[in-house]
Amino acid sequence: MPGLTSLELERVAKSYGDVRVLDDVSLTMAAGEFVSFLGPSGSGKSTLLRIIAGLETLDAGEVRLEGRRIDTLPPGDRDVALVFQAYALYPHMTVRENMAFGLRNAKVAAAEIDERITRAATALEIEPLLARKPGQLSGGQRQRVAIGRAIVKNPKLFLLDEPLSNLDAALRMRTRVELAQLRQRVDAALIMVTHDQAEAMTLSDRIVVMNDRHIQQVGTPMDIYRRPANVFVASFVGSPAITLASGTIVDDAGGVRVRLGCGAEVQTGVQPPGSSGGMARADVKLGLRPEHVTVVAPGTGVVDAETILVERLGDRTLVYATLPDGEPVTAQGDGASDVRIGDRIGLSIAGDRAHVFDSDGAGHHPA
Amino acid sequence: MNAARDRWHGYAFVGPFVALYALLLILPLFMGIFISFHRADLFGARLWVGAENYVRLASDPIFHSALRNTFLLTLLIVPMLTVLTLALALALNRATRGAAIFRGLFFSSSVLSVTIVTLIFRFVLTPDAGLIAKIMGVFGFEPIPFLSHPQLTIPALAITTIWWSLGLPMMLFLAGLQQVSGDLYEAAALDKAGRWTTFRHITLPSIRRTTIIVVMLQTAAQLQIFGQAQLLTSGGPSGASRPVVLFIYEVAFGRWELGYATAAAEVLFLLVLGVTALQYWATAREDASR
Repeated sequence: MPGLTSLELERVAKSYGDVRVLDDVSLTMAAGEFVSFLGPSGSGKSTLLRIIAGLETLDAGEVRLEGRRIDTLPPGDRDVALVFQAYALYPHMTVRENMAFGLRNAKVAAAEIDERITRAATALEIEPLLARKPGQLSGGQRQRVAIGRAIVKNPKLFLLDEPLSNLDAALRMRTRVELAQLRQRVDAALIMVTHDQAEAMTLSDRIVVMNDRHIQQVGTPMDIYRRPANVFVASFVGSPAITLASGTIVDDAGGVRVRLGCGAEVQTGVQPPGSSGGMARADVKLGLRPEHVTVVAPGTGVVDAETILVERLGDRTLVYATLPDGEPVTAQGDGASDVRIGDRIGLSIAGDRAHVFDSDGAGHHPA
Repeated sequence: MNAARDRWHGYAFVGPFVALYALLLILPLFMGIFISFHRADLFGARLWVGAENYVRLASDPIFHSALRNTFLLTLLIVPMLTVLTLALALALNRATRGAAIFRGLFFSSSVLSVTIVTLIFRFVLTPDAGLIAKIMGVFGFEPIPFLSHPQLTIPALAITTIWWSLGLPMMLFLAGLQQVSGDLYEAAALDKAGRWTTFRHITLPSIRRTTIIVVMLQTAAQLQIFGQAQLLTSGGPSGASRPVVLFIYEVAFGRWELGYATAAAEVLFLLVLGVTALQYWATAREDASR
C-alpha cells in the first residue's frame, strides 16, 4: 500500500535513571521504506529499535504503526518482527519449530503455518535445514533462519539489529545482497540498526544518523553524504573520513572564500546564509572529501603538503598528508601514482565541491 | 625427558587424592562385598557362609518393608522437592534485595545439621505441644499424631526432608536459569508467547540438564535417607517409617550382625547405582533422539 505512512515516532524520550539516552526523537516512515539507524555505540539507536519492538518502555512520546498506536501494546501484538543481532534462535527447537512457534502462539491454522514456512524456506534456500537444530547450522544459515522466522509472521515492520555484525567479510557481502532481496520480497517497511555506514548507504532508502541522544540528520544516502547537516554527520559518513581543516572566511561575496591556517585560500561554492556579510571573518571548518583533493606535482596546486601514509587500492591511491601548519588532509591520486611516504606533493582542491561548517558545527553546502 | 617429568608432576598432583579415595572408598567397598559373604561381628570374627546373607535378605519381611519405605520416601520427596525448588528459583531469579534475602533464607536450612532439623520439626509436629497442634487447637481440632500414626510418619519425614533439602537444588536451578540468554525471552515475547508457553517451551527445555542433575542427585541422596528417620521416629511405629539405611544401622550396631548388614548395604548400593544409571540412560537416549 504505497503512499501510506508506516512507522511514526513522535517526540520519543527515554532515560535510564539520570542518564538520558533518547531526547525528543521524531520520525515518519513511508510504507515499504527501508530506513537505517546509523550511529556509533551509545548513540541510542539500539534503544530506539527496542522501544519500537516493545522490549523497552518509553518515558514520553508515541509510537504509531500504520496509524495504530503501538507503544502501549505488548511486543507480540505490535505486528513487528525483530531479527536479533545474535539471532536468538530457540536452541532446543528445530528450524521448522523455530519458525512455527510465533505462528502457533498467534493461533494461525496448522495448514497455513506449513504453507508460510515452505514459502519462506524456499525463498531463503533453507528447506534442507528445516529439521535441524540451530546448533547444527553455520552463522550464515542461522542468520537466514532468523530472517525466515521474521518473514513467516507477515509483520508490518521488520526490525534488524546489526544484522551483519556477526558474519565474516565474505558472508557479509552475500547477506547484504540477501537483505536487499528481502526488501523486494516483502511489502513491509524495514528498519536496520547499524554502525557500519557502508551497510546503511548501500541498503537503505533513507538513513537516520544518530548521535548523543538525538537524530542528527534524516536523508537519502546521497543527501547524507553530499549535504551533511553538521560536523558529526560529515565525519561519521564517508570512508576515508572527510578532511576538516580550520580556516577563516576572508570574503563571502559570490561564494565563501576560506583562508586555511597555512595561508592557502580556497574559493568555495557555498553561498553565505542570509544577506552578504553574515559569515565574514568567522572561524569555520572547511570540509573536503578525499575525492575532491587531488594529488598533483609540488608547486602546481593550491598548497603543498607532506605525505605521511599511502594506501594503494589499485584503481586509486589514498594519500594521507599534512599541510604546512600541521593540519591533516586526505587526498586521492590515480592508481599509478608513485607517491611515497615523506614525499612533498601538491594538492589541487575542488573548492566548488567543498563544505563549510560554521562555529556551531552546522553544514553549508554548494548550491 | 621433559615429558617424563611432566608425567611425574601430574601423578604427584593426583596422587594424594587417589590414595585417599582408594583408602576411604574403594577399599571399604570391596571389603564390604567380602564381609557380606561372612557371618561376622564387630570384633573381627568371620565365618564364610557364601550367599546365605543374601538369601536371608530375600525373605526378610523387615528388610522388605524397609525397602518399601525407602522407595515411598524417595517418591514423595524427589518430585515435590524438584517442583518446589524450581518454583522458588523462578520466583527468586531476580536482582532485587528482597530476592537475595529470600535466597539466603531458603538456603539457610541446608546448613543445619540433621539433629537441629529434626529437633525443629519435633517442635512443629509433636501432638502434645507442637506448633501445628496448637494452631489446630485454636480452631477446635484434635491434634494430629504425626510422629506415631503409622500412615503419617512417612509424610512427616518427607516434609522434614524437603524443608531441609531446599537449598542446594534451588541454587542449582538458579544457576541454570541464569544461563538462559535473555534474548530468548525477548524473542518469545515478540513471538506472542504467554507466561505458561514461555515457561513450557523456553525455560524448561533450557534448564533440562539442571533438572536431570537435580533429580539424579536427590534420588541418590533420598534412597540413603537415615538421620531424620532415626531421630524423629526411630523408624517407628513398629517399623512403619524404617528406611534401608536405618535397617542396616540397627542390624550392624544393634544386633552386631555385620555380615548381614553389609549384605543389605550392597543391595542398597546396587539399587542406587541401578536407579541413577536408569535415569542417566533414559535421558541420554532422549538426547540422542532429539
